[in-house]
Amino acid sequence: MADVTLDAKGLNCPLPILRAKKALKDVPTGGTLEIQATDPGAVKDFEAFCRTTGNELVEHHQDGNVYVFTIKHTA
Amino acid sequence: MADEQNAKSMSIIVTKGTLDWAYPPFILATTAAAMGLDVTMFFTFYGLGLLKKDMNLKVTTLGNSAMEMPMMGGHMAMPNIMAALPGAPALTTAMMKNLIKKKGIASVEELREMAIESEVNMIACQMTLDLFEYKREDLIDGVAIGGAASWVEVATKSEINLYI
Repeated sequence: MADVTLDAKGLNCPLPILRAKKALKDVPTGGTLEIQATDPGAVKDFEAFCRTTGNELVEHHQDGNVYVFTIKHTA
Repeated sequence: MADEQNAKSMSIIVTKGTLDWAYPPFILATTAAAMGLDVTMFFTFYGLGLLKKDMNLKVTTLGNSAMEMPMMGGHMAMPNIMAALPGAPALTTAMMKNLIKKKGIASVEELREMAIESEVNMIACQMTLDLFEYKREDLIDGVAIGGAASWVEVATKSEINLYI
C-alpha cells in the first residue's frame, strides 16, 4: 500500500506529471506514491520523469484502462 | 523550482498569443519545472498577451491550413476562408475550448497558475509593452520586465533554449 495515492484519471498531459510532482511533496523520503492515470502517454512520461528527477519508478501496470504507477520518493 | 543544486535550465521565448499556441510554452515550462529544471519564459510580441490579467484567448482558422476539428467520428477541415465569415473565430474558439474541457486538458489559465506556483521566471518584453501600449498594471503580478539582454544572459547558461 502506497503512502499517498493520487487519482489522475481523466487528466491529460501534462497534468498527471504536474499533479504527481505536487503529491510527491507530501510523501516522506523513502515513501511511495501511487498514481492512477488514464492517459496512455503517461507510461513513457512517468519513466522519463523518474529518470530525470532521480525518483524510483518501482513498478507500473495496467488495470483495464487505468495505468497504475508506484513511485518511490528518493530524490 | 530546482530541487537539486546544479539543476539544468531551460529558456523559452514566447512569441504567439493564440489559444492553440499558448499551450506548448506553458506545458513545457510547467513540466520542466516539475522535473527540477530552472525555467525562464521571455514573452515578446503577441506572446506578451499571455501575461495579461484577462487573457481571453482565441483561435482562428486563418493561417492554420492544417487545422481539422474532430466531428461526428470524423474530422472536418477548417479552410482559411472560414475565418472571414462572421462569428467564425468565435465558433472555432468555442469548439476548441469545449474539446479542451472534454479531454481533461488544463486551461491556459490553469497552466499559467501552475507555472507561477513552480517558480518559473517570467520576463515581459519592455519594448513590446511600449510598442502595443500596455502598462505594467495590465499584466499579472510576479512578472519581471526586461529586454533581449535579459534573455541572452539566461540563454547562455541554459541547456535548452526554445523559440515558440
